[in-house]
Amino acid sequence: MSDKPKDVLFAPVFADNPIALQVLGICSALAVTSNLKTTITMCMAVIFVITFANLSVSIIRNHIPGSIRIIVQMTIIASLVILVDQVLKAYAFQLSKQLSVFVGLIITNCIVMGRTEAFAMKNGPFMSLLDGIGNGLGYSVVLLAVGFIRELTGSGKFFGIEVLSNANEGGWYVPNGLMLLPPSAFFLIGLFIWVLRTWKKDQVEETA
Amino acid sequence: MEHYLNIFIKSVFIENMALAFFLGMCTFLAVSKKVETAVGLGIAVVAVQTITVPVNNLLFNNLLNEGALAWAGLGEVDLRFLGLISYIGVIAAMVQILEMTLDRYVPALYNALGIFLPLITVNCAILGGSLFMVEREYNFGESVVYGAGSGFGWGIAIAALAAIREKMKYSDVPDGLKGLGITFITVGLMALAFMVFSGIQL
Repeated sequence: MSDKPKDVLFAPVFADNPIALQVLGICSALAVTSNLKTTITMCMAVIFVITFANLSVSIIRNHIPGSIRIIVQMTIIASLVILVDQVLKAYAFQLSKQLSVFVGLIITNCIVMGRTEAFAMKNGPFMSLLDGIGNGLGYSVVLLAVGFIRELTGSGKFFGIEVLSNANEGGWYVPNGLMLLPPSAFFLIGLFIWVLRTWKKDQVEETA
Repeated sequence: MEHYLNIFIKSVFIENMALAFFLGMCTFLAVSKKVETAVGLGIAVVAVQTITVPVNNLLFNNLLNEGALAWAGLGEVDLRFLGLISYIGVIAAMVQILEMTLDRYVPALYNALGIFLPLITVNCAILGGSLFMVEREYNFGESVVYGAGSGFGWGIAIAALAAIREKMKYSDVPDGLKGLGITFITVGLMALAFMVFSGIQL
């Protein structure tokens, strides 16, 4: 990893994508992508948590004893997630019902843990902040792409607004119900990885 | 009795943690290269899940829920917002205790599971189990059954995936799909197969 701020910020988006390459944080990535509204909420929540978790851990990194660092990181992350959860419950109750347990699961989202452990423990606050935003963005890119395709083909909508007129209501588009079901998210991410790795050859794994 | 059986079957097949809710995916994809290790991890998850879900259930009903502190004269205190941080604390502590107990009394099992036990703390399936338990308002008995069932379901799924991946090394996979990509698609197909159970009412 290079030391230029710009690289730290943008490398995770494609070249070192947390989902496609580092295999982190897939759990929550799939369940919330059946429509764009929940996807965007989730992305914002994750970017917020990862950025501030990285920043806080990095500020106090020299004061954390090595043996309890995981617990300290966990506490910081959990507090941030509780904050997000409470804000969502207060201002967007319907959304928070739809996201159900997945907001809480940001705590165990390996991206957050992984970045605080691998990056924030070793780098200064500013760089860690950028790294947090970058990884959050990388996560969001994959989620948004999957969410976009799933909502468009699954229910013919974009942000809840009808784009392809639905056959059940007299239009021409027959919605592909499969895309709303969980397995489609796996196929889409699998294909996304394929495209990404064909584009960036160095990411191909040697042995299957 | 039938009610409990119902919850068990439902949590194993219909609402499978890995294949219907995508929980525990990180470990699910990372540790499924060999059947042996996958089965070991599966057993560890069942054990931890069966302990943590009921413990978190007690914690929620006796300390955190609205009015749960009435016995201490604090009837109007609502500590539900502390839920997340308490559950993860319980999980981390339980994993640690389990690790030390196994090390002391069942060293053979400890050596077999060794490296996987600490990993379980950050397994979303474990935290997810506790959160679902709270959301669905299970009582203590139900939470024991649900914990065991959801852990078992996750274990089956990872063992099955590992078996498929072992066979897959004989196939000719396109370069970009190698490793992670093809694994995702395999999991997708498995999830599709598991959806067959979804209409079942017991």
